[in-house]
Amino acid sequence: MTSDIAAILAIDGIATGAVYALVAIGTVLIFTVTRVIFIPFGDIAAFTALTLAALDAKRFPGTGTLVLVLACLATLVEIISLLRTNEPRLVPRALLLYLALPCAIVGAAWIATRMDPPLAVRLVLALMLITPIAPLLDRIVFRPIADGTVLLLLTVSVALHFALVGLGLLFFGPEGVRTEPLTSLSTEIAGMLISGQTMLIVIAALVFSGLLYLFFDFTLVGKSLRATAVNRTGSRLMGIRPARAGTIAYLLGSLMAGVSGILIAPVNTVFYDSGFLIGLKAFVGAIVGGLTSYPGAAIGAVGVGILESFASFESSALKDVIVFSLLIPILIWRSLSSLHSEEEIEE
Amino acid sequence: MTRLHVQLAAMVAMLCLAAAPFLLPPFTITLMNYIGVYSLVAIGLALLTGVGGIVSFGQAAFVGIAAYATAWVSALNGHSPWVGLLLALTLTCSIATLLGLATLRLQGHFLSLSTVAWGLAIGFLFGNVEGLGRFNGIASIPPISFGSYALVSSAQVYFLIWGIVAAVLWIGYNLLDSRLGRAMRALRGGNTLVESLGISAFRIKLLIFVIAAFLAALSGWLYAHMSRFISPGPFDAGMGIEYLMMSMVGGAGSLLGGVVGAAIVTLLKNSVQDYLPLIAKGASGQLEIVAFSALFILFLQWARQGIVPFVGRYLPKLRRDRPQPAPALPRRAQPAPGELLLKVDGAERRFGGLVAVNNVSFDVRSGEILAVIGPNGAGKSTMFNCLTGALRVNKGDIVFAGRSITREAQSRIAKAGIARTFQHVKLRPRMSLLENVMLGTYARTRTGLLASALRLNRREEASAQFEALRQLERVGLGDKPFDIAGNLPLGNQRILEIARALAADPALLVLDEPAAGLRRQEKLRLAELLRSLRNDHLTILIVEHDMEFVMSLVDRIVVLDFGSKLCEGDPAAIRNDERVQEAYLGGVA
Repeated sequence: MTSDIAAILAIDGIATGAVYALVAIGTVLIFTVTRVIFIPFGDIAAFTALTLAALDAKRFPGTGTLVLVLACLATLVEIISLLRTNEPRLVPRALLLYLALPCAIVGAAWIATRMDPPLAVRLVLALMLITPIAPLLDRIVFRPIADGTVLLLLTVSVALHFALVGLGLLFFGPEGVRTEPLTSLSTEIAGMLISGQTMLIVIAALVFSGLLYLFFDFTLVGKSLRATAVNRTGSRLMGIRPARAGTIAYLLGSLMAGVSGILIAPVNTVFYDSGFLIGLKAFVGAIVGGLTSYPGAAIGAVGVGILESFASFESSALKDVIVFSLLIPILIWRSLSSLHSEEEIEE
Repeated sequence: MTRLHVQLAAMVAMLCLAAAPFLLPPFTITLMNYIGVYSLVAIGLALLTGVGGIVSFGQAAFVGIAAYATAWVSALNGHSPWVGLLLALTLTCSIATLLGLATLRLQGHFLSLSTVAWGLAIGFLFGNVEGLGRFNGIASIPPISFGSYALVSSAQVYFLIWGIVAAVLWIGYNLLDSRLGRAMRALRGGNTLVESLGISAFRIKLLIFVIAAFLAALSGWLYAHMSRFISPGPFDAGMGIEYLMMSMVGGAGSLLGGVVGAAIVTLLKNSVQDYLPLIAKGASGQLEIVAFSALFILFLQWARQGIVPFVGRYLPKLRRDRPQPAPALPRRAQPAPGELLLKVDGAERRFGGLVAVNNVSFDVRSGEILAVIGPNGAGKSTMFNCLTGALRVNKGDIVFAGRSITREAQSRIAKAGIARTFQHVKLRPRMSLLENVMLGTYARTRTGLLASALRLNRREEASAQFEALRQLERVGLGDKPFDIAGNLPLGNQRILEIARALAADPALLVLDEPAAGLRRQEKLRLAELLRSLRNDHLTILIVEHDMEFVMSLVDRIVVLDFGSKLCEGDPAAIRNDERVQEAYLGGVA
């Protein structure tokens, strides 16, 4: 391997890693706030790419139908639980948040497919369509078992991923998509030609991580999320609703996953099931940060990207084997370096 | 319901199974073969996940390793499937041992995530290794044959599969009803509990992990020679979660649940494949996995217990006979009264910047009751955890019966003769009083894996049972030994912990706040029990808050305050010590 090739591989790896980093940060965010290891984030990223491709082709994206179905289910679950706890006065609010809002977004997307909106509008629409999915899934799937063990939540999360892959095939079909690059510019740094898309990926990753940092440190909502992450009961006593904090975390996380999906779509062909590997590799990165540290997760994700890039140069068939085998030493290192309070498993 | 009834029910079930190929159509028999093959994996998972609390998403990879191993041996290299079985089992178990050695020290969800990792990595390997047929798989795998009699049709292989399932169930239940099985069932109570009984938690985890992999390997071998063709598909991550689902639906922790779960999931999948095309034409494949995952999620939300435990609640309880007198278990040589038993020398333990125990030294002599007292946060529990090996001291030395235990593992300290109880009671709430106390006899019994599996441990079991009953009677809980421990009131749970500690035949009994939560009469009875133990020359170290209880009972007191030893002496001297009064009541104004 010459140094030229190494440099190309490294740049490629950093770009892929930056995409993983966005998903990894979302994963950490969800885990700290809700204790759910949200495996389906990769699926959310892939669905965003597929949604954007459908919008580009002036087709109504399958995401719309998915959001409608989930919105109806979530509304049903929410109303039943409200009636059970004898709070019928909250029903209109539930209808507004869980039914009207998602429907409005889907309606906007439907109108947009009739017209020919510019790229920026399509991007925003794709992100808006994708962000309700995770919060709605949270309401339907995770909130009824919010007090379960991490393992129970993880098991449910894995099952949820498989359901989403099936739905993905149903709504998007088996064809892969590759969207137009967001920019055709390219620049030369130290004799290396770097495409604008690569630059954009890295910049977007930096900007969104930065925004997240500002959000956590300088807004009250961000602080309430951090409080929930540290201690659910304690923050509940301080008037923070963990369920609401969870919803915000899912919204933010899906936004990050959505952005990463948009960024990766022009670089790699995305299929309905591409999300699993994106999510898992991001997750490997998140574990480097112990599932609690954002910078750790970002660094880990970039590391995974670079490793994958070099591994695929050596043996493209075995690159995934290499990446996932690497997870085991990382897990051992994390487990040794962090102090655990012993958790008894529920009976 | 007696044991005889259970045996009769098992016989009837076996007869029904044996008659099935003569009564049912071949398609149903094929389906039942798949159920049998899947049940083996699910039974392994019931042990691993339900009993041991280790959630594994990767069992499908073990099935795959075995299936590919035997396919490689028989289809590609022309050897007999029996050679394939040998390679499948050794290869799978060796890989499981290596993976287990690397990952089983991981905690909680980290461990499960590692199973996702190696499950995926191994799953990807099958389709990518040269010489294993890549994604086309390996075809024309020969059937299993006994001499010249080949098991070709589904009715022929049926008897082999279900024979193995029945044998595995019998062995599995034997194993759970042995000392090793009790140790496995204790794993969910946490490492501290298991280790305090002289059991190496890691070794027991490794044992179940390899047993589960062994069962998965058996299943993979049967699968390869039953379907005569393998490809990477049936061993991927999706199948891994399906196995997990089978064991959870049947009832994690119940071996029979593995079979029931495998049956339900397989039949359900089959009917989903039949009916979905009627509802949604052309989209059945996709909807299958969706419907399936949705059902699983609903199940986890509403019925986590699983089917077999649910049905079990409505069946009459198994009636058991009180353990009969049996030869006593071996006892350890007790130190002579008055001999130096435990010496703590300059112990120090830090948590970051906080010095919880600071240069504490004291001696315990054989046959005495020594109390460690002190205000909240004085470092008493930390001191106790250091003594029993649950924590390591940063500085200083602890010598027990003439041997330094400063760096010893918790389970080895327990084996050396220190038995403890816990401030927050650690019992196995679903196990009976008798079984909880039998946990204490682990280090005094010997039966290994093979003897346990084949039920050759009856003589030692009888001794252990009788010893446990004797200790229950000694502490006053002997009247209902088969009650469930979780139903006891808190005070009696503490007493039960003492019985469990006594069953280990300890040289030193370490009690962490035994009188907390006890009513006055119970306290008096506890004090009487401890006095009678002292009369039997047992040495007792006790942390306690209740001054009346301590003062009337113990021989000597060590007072800790802010992690340091304040003073030491007999109860009267401590009562009059000004420093102690100041520590407890504040300075005299």
